[in-house]
Amino acid sequence: MSEFAVELQDVIKQFPTPEGGQVFAVNHVSMQIKNGEFFSMLGSSGCGKTTSLRMIAGFEWPTEGEVVIAGTPQGHTPPFKRPVNTVFQSYALFQHMTVFQNVAFGLEMDHVAKSEVNDRVGKSLDMVQLSGMGKRFPKQLSGGQQQRVALARAIVKTPKVLLLDEPLGALDLKLRKEMQLELKALQQRLGITFVYVTHDQEEALTMSDRIAVMSFGKVLQMGTPVEIYERPNCKFVADFIGTSNFLHGTVKSVENGKASVYIQELDAEVMGLVSGDISVGETAAVSIRPEKIRLSEQSAFNQNCFEGVVSSTTYIGSDTHVYVNVKGNRIKVWEQNKISSLDPKAYYSVGQKVWLTLFPENTLIMADK
Amino acid sequence: MNPYRRSPFIRISTVLVYIFLYAPILVLIIFAFNSSRTNVLFGGFITHFGPLSMNGSTVIQSPCGPFHWFCELAKNREVMGATKNTLTIAFISTISSTIIGTMAALALQRYNFKLKSLTQVSLYIPIVIPEIVMGIGILVLFSQVFTFLNGVFGITGDDRLGMGLQTVIVSHIAFSIPFVTLVVQARLQGFDKSIEEAAMDLGANELVTFWRVTFPTILPGILSGGLLAFTLSLDDFVITFFTTGPGATTLPIYVYGLLRRIITPQVNALSAVWVMIVFSIMLLMQKLENRAS
Repeated sequence: MSEFAVELQDVIKQFPTPEGGQVFAVNHVSMQIKNGEFFSMLGSSGCGKTTSLRMIAGFEWPTEGEVVIAGTPQGHTPPFKRPVNTVFQSYALFQHMTVFQNVAFGLEMDHVAKSEVNDRVGKSLDMVQLSGMGKRFPKQLSGGQQQRVALARAIVKTPKVLLLDEPLGALDLKLRKEMQLELKALQQRLGITFVYVTHDQEEALTMSDRIAVMSFGKVLQMGTPVEIYERPNCKFVADFIGTSNFLHGTVKSVENGKASVYIQELDAEVMGLVSGDISVGETAAVSIRPEKIRLSEQSAFNQNCFEGVVSSTTYIGSDTHVYVNVKGNRIKVWEQNKISSLDPKAYYSVGQKVWLTLFPENTLIMADK
Repeated sequence: MNPYRRSPFIRISTVLVYIFLYAPILVLIIFAFNSSRTNVLFGGFITHFGPLSMNGSTVIQSPCGPFHWFCELAKNREVMGATKNTLTIAFISTISSTIIGTMAALALQRYNFKLKSLTQVSLYIPIVIPEIVMGIGILVLFSQVFTFLNGVFGITGDDRLGMGLQTVIVSHIAFSIPFVTLVVQARLQGFDKSIEEAAMDLGANELVTFWRVTFPTILPGILSGGLLAFTLSLDDFVITFFTTGPGATTLPIYVYGLLRRIITPQVNALSAVWVMIVFSIMLLMQKLENRAS
């Protein structure tokens, strides 16, 4: 048995445009998804994540390249012969069938004995907490319950890989958070490989073992949530995942994984860690997360320390979001409210002079794209 | 309060619409119980069973009482023959046009092909152009083809190809197809293609997917399309008139023939039955539409 549940080998998918041209939905994508992994494809709409998922399911065939599932190249294998099941964004429940019939459909197609069907459908409905709902029709269920039916229907066949296409997109925030945890727990209990498509970066960070960040049909970065958040390899990823401050400048030196960038607007050099590919002389982006900047009333260091004026503040309970103007650059800083105080001065005020320290170990130098 | 509710114009026009639409049908049905021999004069309702005196002279034994003309109708061989023809034509043409029309609707919905927009527009043409033009066109086509075939194969005498039940059926299929296609297409508008993908994803091949998922989902649309085709076929006069032949008289053709000779309340009885049948079908259709949405 292959080490990988799913492999995309240099896959290209082109679609004809109405004007008669060709557009790349997926452009030279390679991925290796390990057995039992919770793998997410993350990106905004049109980045190729759903097309990639549909190629694994067999609803689309690659223009070039190969989709390999459990070591078997799929070629033009139709969806009904692939060992994967899908949870659809629209749920795609069969409205003319009861919940039980919906979930039993896949087993019926495999000619599973009736007593076993009853048993397995029951277990599957239990697992998504819908026991006793078997006789209802999808229309009689809430959105969250319909979502669970779609899930039960896909896991009842215990596929090697479960494909999920933004399954929580239509749920309200609270239910979505609940389902995120439930899905993760379910995945760990079943030990099935999950390939999850989402545009919600927080969702991806919460649930995934590994994430592929996609844009314009290409994979920009693949890694664990920590790697993606802490070491984005380009400006797009740093910007897409979480929040970041960016400064732009020319790379002066690169050494031992550290680099120095000259920022013209600040007339200063900023030191930071190299994240991704950069070389001396290139234009680079300096990225630092707002929670990783130190605010102080006095200059603390000679290096990576800049004076600015507070331009606005927002108290949001756990944090105070402080915007600091440094020579025309608006820098976001999130200060955790570690001390309980009613004094407004404890939370910075507009017009106040402050010093920002961008610790080199928290500052990332990356390709400006 | 809604200001339009109070306007007497709305009330009057509503009443007028109902009068002009339904008074003729009501009168028609009342005359089916006429105790006069002609359907021009109303001689009062037939109120009793037993001997009937009609128009002052003839006395008729009627076991059916008020339903005298319905019984006469049932005894009328020509009417029964025409009924059989009408239903035969309606059933065959409905089933055929429903199948073909549904297939056309599915093809137009999911595939892109050459001349697709022309195909779509060509569906409206039989609906839009006058029926009499269609009728004459079909007549010319059939007679030309039959003359040609009879000549080529040297068919003579009674074996010659000519107009009859089969030509009526073919033309009914032809004019019903666009109606079925348009009704089914309307139903397919909101069709979520992902349910078909879900079925295939769960292990159903294309055929199983169609019969287990696609077909049940669009069935209400197919049924209402089929019922429309059925009523159109039952009612059709113009095209049938041009394509019918010996032994293929349908009810509308028969009634038209009667009108040119003597008109007895039998015609009213026939029309009353007809109205009831068509009305029931329309009600059924309405129910299906409601269930579909």
